[in-house]
Amino acid sequence: MSSPPRILMCKPDFYGIEYEINPWMNRLVGTDAATSSRQWQALHDTLVDLGVEISLVEPMKGLPDLVFTANAGLVYRSIFIPSKFRHGVRQVEEPFYTAWFQNRGWDVVNIPEKHYFEGAGDALFLGETLFAGYRFRSDARGHQWIGDRLGVEVLPLELVDGHYYHLDTCFCPISPYQAIYFPGAFDDYALNVLKSRVDELIEASAAEAASFSCNAVVVGKTIIMNDGAPRLSESLRRLGFDVKPHRFTEFIKAGGSAKCLTLRLDGEEAASWRSGST
Amino acid sequence: MSGDLPLPTAQAAPWAVTEEIEVRGHIVDSLILPKILDRILQMGASFEIRECTIGARRVDPSYARVAIKATSQEAIDEIIADLVEHGATPVHLSDAQFAVADMPGAFPEKFYSTTNQKTQVRIGGRWVDVVDQEMDCGIVIDEIKKSARCVAMLDILPGMHVVTGYAGVRVIPLERPRGETLFGFMNSAVSSEKPKAVSLRSVADSIRTARAAGQKVLLVGGPAIIHTGSGQHVAKLIEQGWVQTLFAGNALAVHDLEQSIYGTSLGVDIQQGQSVDHGHEHHLRTINTIRRLGGIGNAIESGVVKSGIMFEAYRKNIDVVLAGSIRDDGPLPEVITDVVEAQRQMRRSIAGVGFALMIATMLHSVATGNLLPAWVKVVCVDINPSTVIKLSDRGSFQTISLVTDVEPFLRSLAVELTESAG
Repeated sequence: MSSPPRILMCKPDFYGIEYEINPWMNRLVGTDAATSSRQWQALHDTLVDLGVEISLVEPMKGLPDLVFTANAGLVYRSIFIPSKFRHGVRQVEEPFYTAWFQNRGWDVVNIPEKHYFEGAGDALFLGETLFAGYRFRSDARGHQWIGDRLGVEVLPLELVDGHYYHLDTCFCPISPYQAIYFPGAFDDYALNVLKSRVDELIEASAAEAASFSCNAVVVGKTIIMNDGAPRLSESLRRLGFDVKPHRFTEFIKAGGSAKCLTLRLDGEEAASWRSGST
Repeated sequence: MSGDLPLPTAQAAPWAVTEEIEVRGHIVDSLILPKILDRILQMGASFEIRECTIGARRVDPSYARVAIKATSQEAIDEIIADLVEHGATPVHLSDAQFAVADMPGAFPEKFYSTTNQKTQVRIGGRWVDVVDQEMDCGIVIDEIKKSARCVAMLDILPGMHVVTGYAGVRVIPLERPRGETLFGFMNSAVSSEKPKAVSLRSVADSIRTARAAGQKVLLVGGPAIIHTGSGQHVAKLIEQGWVQTLFAGNALAVHDLEQSIYGTSLGVDIQQGQSVDHGHEHHLRTINTIRRLGGIGNAIESGVVKSGIMFEAYRKNIDVVLAGSIRDDGPLPEVITDVVEAQRQMRRSIAGVGFALMIATMLHSVATGNLLPAWVKVVCVDINPSTVIKLSDRGSFQTISLVTDVEPFLRSLAVELTESAG
């Protein structure tokens, strides 16, 4: 008897492009509120259909990116490590997320002020190991601190392409031994680490990566990803996954997609600790 | 001519800047450690792993402390800024601590006592070279100018910022010259069993190298130079420009002048090796003559002194410091009888010296050795092994010791240098 998957989301009521902190953002382009809302709701409803228990954080005017709950922080068992955002415009989100977790009894562990860390955007468990992206948003030392604090192995991976500024834009563990990845986002050392430490890597092409195929939500054997990667979807289906393409065009304008809109509270499917602890 | 002897000097590379970083975590499996080492090399520096602990289990973090060696502080800063991005942390040492001198002529308690090795102190997060390096001194720092220098106890003035403790102070050991050099194989062993011809050529080469590098050659000489009849060789070396600085006592000068005026040294005829009638008076009469004339310079100007070491030193206008002692006769007017003042004078005259030849004088050799930084090559020549051992034992470990008779050594050195000079 297993408990249902739990995911934190935030309605896109105040979502929009109000600043530019990654190459995807362009204030002149703007987003369509109705479309954003529809796309978000479709994801929400699909997750509910899959049996996911959705929690919601209250949207706030002036915090357009609060919708990307993956960046709230890192969840490990009953511990929540809030993000320390690189950019001032997102640092204001920190107290809202922290309050949400604190009020619900989570053990909130703060990483030292001197580090930058952007939560599940840059830190993803695969098996026992936390794979962690650094350079653009999070820093390697912050990841090392987290490894020490949680007593888990952390493998910092250097990201080299500003379009893939978060690890979850170019790497998606789909099981404790499988992951989707886009090689062009990593340096050679990181690629060697991935190749030696992930049993099965499913490569996304440059075009598929650019359509945010790596930014996918995994629930059981279902993968929800942005529409536009038929070849990759087919590969995943052959591996026994049910791929559900959705449209996230409005969120890609801000550099996010399905995964960015969710934060798994009970541990990602690929995290070994999930089944063991809950 | 044999090849250049690699003299470790301030211009050479052995004091390349070194800083330590540390990195911890799963640095082996994540390839962070190899990446960091690769980057250090790619950025034109080298590294040395000072400490490395590998975690026993996969979840256990590993740790490495790595010294980065680069050619300049700027290069180090650039490398560290890069490595920090990959998770490295500079090993932060605190700034040097200091106490304000509260009285003249004494350090505050717990002052840092210097060695003759190159030393750096950390001021405002930066490593700064200590200038005027000298053993048995204190370090006075100026936080505004970010400078540091060695200051002798007696020269301390109230208000000076004197480094205390060991934090923020580092000594950079001199790297031994590599390759087949005399200084390589001689090391500091004292023996009369060394091949003298090889030693001699190497000393000559070192003097040439120092001169070619624009450094001064210092001769510290005792009266045995005159007694053994070597005065003419030294005079020739000075005359031909191989000596820029001369440290001696009253005796060397007096015997040299006596020889010039009377042809004797302490009454002994240098040519015949026999005492001359009333020769014992020559010594005091010489001193008296010079004193009556008002000094060595006047004696030379007036034609009373026409040859010898002091004569050539005066003509070549080299830097001469005559330091007195309690047993001196006279002394000559040029002799500095205040030892503290003499030491200060010697300290000033040491600036720019790249090679020091100490011959047959224990006290002046030890005194000079105390003032010289470790990177100045020192060759000590004495017939008595205990003299050269004393110098090394007092911390002047860079000394090469030759136990040999002074006269044949100086004669051969003069031939080697002056006959190949043209």
